[in-house]
Amino acid sequence: MLTLEKRPQPSRLWTYLTPVVAVILTMLAGAVLFAFLGKDPVQSIRTIFWEPLFSEFAFYYRPQLLVKGAPLVLIAIGLSLGFRAGIWNIGAEGQYIIGAICGAGVGLAFYPMEAWFIFPLMVLAGALGGWAWAMIPALLKVRFGTNEILVSLMLVYVAEQLLASMSLGLLKNPEGFGFPGSRNLQQYPSAHNAELIAGSGMHWGVVSALVAVILAYILLNRHMLGFHIRLTGEAPRAARFAGVNPARLILFCLGTAGALAGLAGLFEVSGPSGQVSIDFNVGYGFTAIIVAFLGRLHPIGILLAGGLMALTYIGGEIAQSKLGLPAAAIQVFQGMLLFFLLAVDVTTNYRIRRVTREVA
Amino acid sequence: MTDTLLTIEGLTKAYPGVVANDNVSFAIREGEVHALLGENGAGKSTLVKMIYGLVKPDSGTMTLRGAPYAPAEPRAARAAGVAMVFQHFSLFDALNVAENIALGMENPPPMRDLAARIREVSETYGLPIDPYRTVGDLSAGERQRVEIIRCLLQDPRLLIMDEPTSVLTPQEVEILFQTLRKLTAEGVAILYISHKLEEIRALCDQATILRLGRNVGTCVPAGTTAREMAEMMVGSAFQAPERAPRELGEVALDITGLSVRSPSEFGTSLKNLHLTVRAGEILGLGGVAGNGQDELLAALSGELRTDADAIRLKGRPIGRLGPAARRQLGLLTAPEERLGHAAAPDMSLTENAALTGAQREGLVANGFLKWGKAREFAEAVIARFDVRTPGPGTAARALSGGNLQKFVIGREVMQRPEVLVVNQPTWGVDASAAAAIRQALLDLAGTGTAVLVISQDLDELMEISDRFGALNEGRLSDIRPAQELSVDEIGLMMGGAHGMEVAHV
Repeated sequence: MLTLEKRPQPSRLWTYLTPVVAVILTMLAGAVLFAFLGKDPVQSIRTIFWEPLFSEFAFYYRPQLLVKGAPLVLIAIGLSLGFRAGIWNIGAEGQYIIGAICGAGVGLAFYPMEAWFIFPLMVLAGALGGWAWAMIPALLKVRFGTNEILVSLMLVYVAEQLLASMSLGLLKNPEGFGFPGSRNLQQYPSAHNAELIAGSGMHWGVVSALVAVILAYILLNRHMLGFHIRLTGEAPRAARFAGVNPARLILFCLGTAGALAGLAGLFEVSGPSGQVSIDFNVGYGFTAIIVAFLGRLHPIGILLAGGLMALTYIGGEIAQSKLGLPAAAIQVFQGMLLFFLLAVDVTTNYRIRRVTREVA
Repeated sequence: MTDTLLTIEGLTKAYPGVVANDNVSFAIREGEVHALLGENGAGKSTLVKMIYGLVKPDSGTMTLRGAPYAPAEPRAARAAGVAMVFQHFSLFDALNVAENIALGMENPPPMRDLAARIREVSETYGLPIDPYRTVGDLSAGERQRVEIIRCLLQDPRLLIMDEPTSVLTPQEVEILFQTLRKLTAEGVAILYISHKLEEIRALCDQATILRLGRNVGTCVPAGTTAREMAEMMVGSAFQAPERAPRELGEVALDITGLSVRSPSEFGTSLKNLHLTVRAGEILGLGGVAGNGQDELLAALSGELRTDADAIRLKGRPIGRLGPAARRQLGLLTAPEERLGHAAAPDMSLTENAALTGAQREGLVANGFLKWGKAREFAEAVIARFDVRTPGPGTAARALSGGNLQKFVIGREVMQRPEVLVVNQPTWGVDASAAAAIRQALLDLAGTGTAVLVISQDLDELMEISDRFGALNEGRLSDIRPAQELSVDEIGLMMGGAHGMEVAHV
């Protein structure tokens, strides 16, 4: 019989090993799944994990990794701060949308003026928009003790309605022949989040994501606020004893997550996507939750996990077009990653022992 | 009365990595109160679990009244006449006394008969209790009566009691002892586990002392001093705390009309407390747990805010300040719950040192933690308070209770507080660690700190405090000099015997 035995302290080795094991298990289970769908399992896995990086068309896919990975990392970093403290912001998708609307709105308000300050203003507006959207669950929680999971999640759907309204109404391109969607910011140089080096995929969002990783690392490991975040997550009573103000922490964590998600939305709408449209959001805000946990809520881990997730996105698309795998299968594949991670996670705090049943 | 009831021969039980009992032998005679003494982790619990059939020994034999005895489960032990009262009660609050007792029986009789038997047994042994009262309304002492009556209904030959007095006031202890003496007069043997040495001297006929799983000696408690028994338990010369004469200074902590609503539904609200502690003085607050101790600590640590003027530190109103600001001003606290309240279980000792030491030890600069200095501080606490651990990188939860408690108390003491408040400083801590902690509190008072000790351990409070008061249902008794108090007076200050009295039979 197998039993779980609590370790005296969390295993350091397993903390780092679990993501790797989870990825391997996902590959194996994914291969079985693809085999049942009648595809060659080895080739499917190879297509997802190998082609984007090393195939002959990798020059095209590699920049895409940055483009896909950056918003995931940016959002996940913000979420991880709250998750560390036991504050569950599930609504990053909504904060992402609102950030994009606000940022794009500021940019479009200046159209067609060309000035150096327009893009910085848009960045600010994007961050503020996401922050404000996250403040709704934060203030409700602090003031009335509402559950931030529900409130933030439901605000995603409100944000989606708002997005639809914006792309059909207020922000609709007046020269768009009646099609929904705003002007394309890629054609408005002052508002365009262009690649910093042509063809590299490197835009301001990627830079911000890297900066966010570094700042989060410093915050969590060196700063009192980060210490209080970790303390609150691990022992809430000890945190209050240490003098942590829970309300302030909730406002900070949700606010930061919202601002970073808003930034991600702004960089996306002004860069790779280009315009506010009804289906502009593609679920980065939800996928970032997986990224945050896959990265062990650790900034460096999140960076790696964001890259991995972007890989499965792009690899998944290649597999869809080349091998005809259904999109749903790719989504199952990504979901399995979180599932296995949480399952293998047990080994960090417990060791599995084989015991012969003791006679009472 | 001199027939041997239970003989234990060479009992051994090993768990992975530790031998809990190593070749333990002793004998209990009929009608005898036999004490089992030892520090935490000495193997007392494992031994009685083997006698009660909860754990199977690896080797060794037991003989009960001349017949081989090897209970496979508690039911077999009970059938053989062995009963046990556990330290933690297993009663359902929502049910009444009779229903609770019926639940533990194999074939419960009809409720009316059972209630009559409970009345009969309880009155015979001086443990009056109404079988129809709801357990949730009973005091700790009364709950213990229910557990004892449950055992007595089985007509046991051997009654095992695990730390029975830790939840009782002195009056309740006296009632319990009378009951136990009545039982032994009828030939029932009692195996009595405790580390309260004076109690054992008053009650027990024989004592077996365990250390690190081995039987290290037996003695007749009445003819042995508490100090000698303590030395046998610890295995070395025992350092009893010494109190140097101290000079009292100004009033450092002044509590005036402190009333606090408990944040918890099952907590006890504080009602109009008044007390002062002077620099260099130790004020001991006794009382059975759950009478407002946690709330008082929270009100002093700053976790609960009060009226600004209700708490004054050296004349300065601090009732509205948070924990960090109070620490800055010199009011330090150590809560009862070590893991999860005083320390974060999964964090290292270095991180836990920063938890309360950040402000006074200068571990923060511009909001950034100086981990190097925090580590030095943790190392200093570990070294000065003899905390047994591989190093400051160890997680708090990996430490034993006594070692973590030494760390938690040491962390506050090393910060040179103006006022230190500790709640249950030696709860669940072995004798040598407890002595070290008491000595540290005495030394701290000697340097001019005002110390407020909240504890259930009356011996501890009498040993170290200058003045004594008791908390009872959120109210504070008069505070009186500790030296002139008798045990009876202390009991009355703690709220008497919670309305319980000895049956007049």
